[in-house]
Amino acid sequence: MAAKTLSIDGKPITAEEGATVLQAAQEAGIKIPTLCHLDGIYDVGACRLCLVEVAGVPKLLPACTTKVAEGMEVKTTSERLRKYRRMTLELLFAERNHVCSSCVANGHCELQTLGYSLGMDHVRYDYLFPKWAVDTTHRLFGMDHNRCILCTRCVRVCWHIEGAGTKNVSGRGTKSHIITDLNQPWGESDSCTQCGKCVQACPTGALFHKGSTVGEMERDRGKLEFIVTAREKQQWIAAD
Amino acid sequence: MKARLATVWFGGCSGCHMSFLDLDEFLLDLVDLVEIVYSPVVDMKDYPENVDVCLIEGAICNEDNLELLHKIRQRTKVLVAFGDCAVTANVPAMRNQLGPGNTESVLQRAYIANAQDNPCLPQADGIVPPLLKRVMPVHEVVYVEHFLPGCPPPAAHIKALVTQMLSGVEPKLEGKQIKFG
Ligand code: SF4
Ligand code: SF4
Ligand code: SF4
Ligand code: FES
Repeated sequence: MAAKTLSIDGKPITAEEGATVLQAAQEAGIKIPTLCHLDGIYDVGACRLCLVEVAGVPKLLPACTTKVAEGMEVKTTSERLRKYRRMTLELLFAERNHVCSSCVANGHCELQTLGYSLGMDHVRYDYLFPKWAVDTTHRLFGMDHNRCILCTRCVRVCWHIEGAGTKNVSGRGTKSHIITDLNQPWGESDSCTQCGKCVQACPTGALFHKGSTVGEMERDRGKLEFIVTAREKQQWIAAD
Repeated sequence: MKARLATVWFGGCSGCHMSFLDLDEFLLDLVDLVEIVYSPVVDMKDYPENVDVCLIEGAICNEDNLELLHKIRQRTKVLVAFGDCAVTANVPAMRNQLGPGNTESVLQRAYIANAQDNPCLPQADGIVPPLLKRVMPVHEVVYVEHFLPGCPPPAAHIKALVTQMLSGVEPKLEGKQIKFG
């Protein structure tokens, strides 16, 4: 495949044609904040945390779904980007009920970690305090809609790594939510294989192993990487 | 002249004040630098005038909280939202999810449905303040200068912020000094 030359934060870089700006940056050791991206599953550009500036393009572009192009000049940090990233995060916090002090993911949450890294010490928008349920009908796992950020990582692993197609998105706007099968309790799903991949993929406290209490829900993404590597490269190597 | 420091306890569990007491020997340094003019730990009935800094624990839950908060804002130079209940409204605001009738339903649940003996609602005009329809973080009501999240904020973070303020630098918590939950 043809190589493209571009620059990221002033650093000259070559990347394979078809690679995303995020992949090119990762390879060059440049860190771009992400939330809906998960190594091994395809990208959808849902969260907008990875927005970057591209010279000559007035709007900001998501690094995870923008392909590299010849001569592209990308900027991954600026006051403008910081402002928008923090705003996006604050809106995510305001939209559902994030009570960190009583959350299974407290201390191991990607949403929290990103908030800290952007200096988010409070949320400027009024909280919506919506009413959402917790589904604990599954034998092994639970789903707390109060903590969901609609990144759809769970949906993508369920369809494209497990191949079960249990998880889906239903509704629009603030009413959007994750459903199982035909919007029925998870425990009554016929298609769920109980593999737990969605739980491993979730960045927040929305999906958890039953029985986890505050701060106990830690993920092992290595399990997902193992399966993806096995499938793509026919190599059965455990992640370290 | 010593800085005039106040601390106040709204809708919170007192955990943030406990964390303040965890400052241990730094409290001894602190008494040389500040005068504590109002706090749950000192005997002062009314919030005084000309306060330099007030640490505010807790969410704004009832009419009394609201009234005192406005008075504090008028009489204080710098307000610090102290702990998650003040910063995000945290656990006290979980009743907001129950919608417009939440004040009645939580009182019913706590004092009637779950009461073992003598079920009745606490009522004493002028003594028991009515609950607000919506529990709010402090900055939703008045302007707040600084935010110190954490449930509770660790003593080290309190020390960092207070030290910055007393030495006259613009306080700013960064990286690991920010923590929710
Ligand atoms: S999901 Fe993360 S940010 Fe939300 S309440 Fe849980 S720990 Fe806090
Ligand atoms: S446990 Fe597996 S099959 Fe069931 S919903 Fe999650 S990813 Fe899909
Ligand atoms: S449940 Fe978790 S993985 Fe699924 S959309 Fe919500 S936050 Fe993302
Ligand atoms: S990581 Fe690119 S939009 Fe979410």
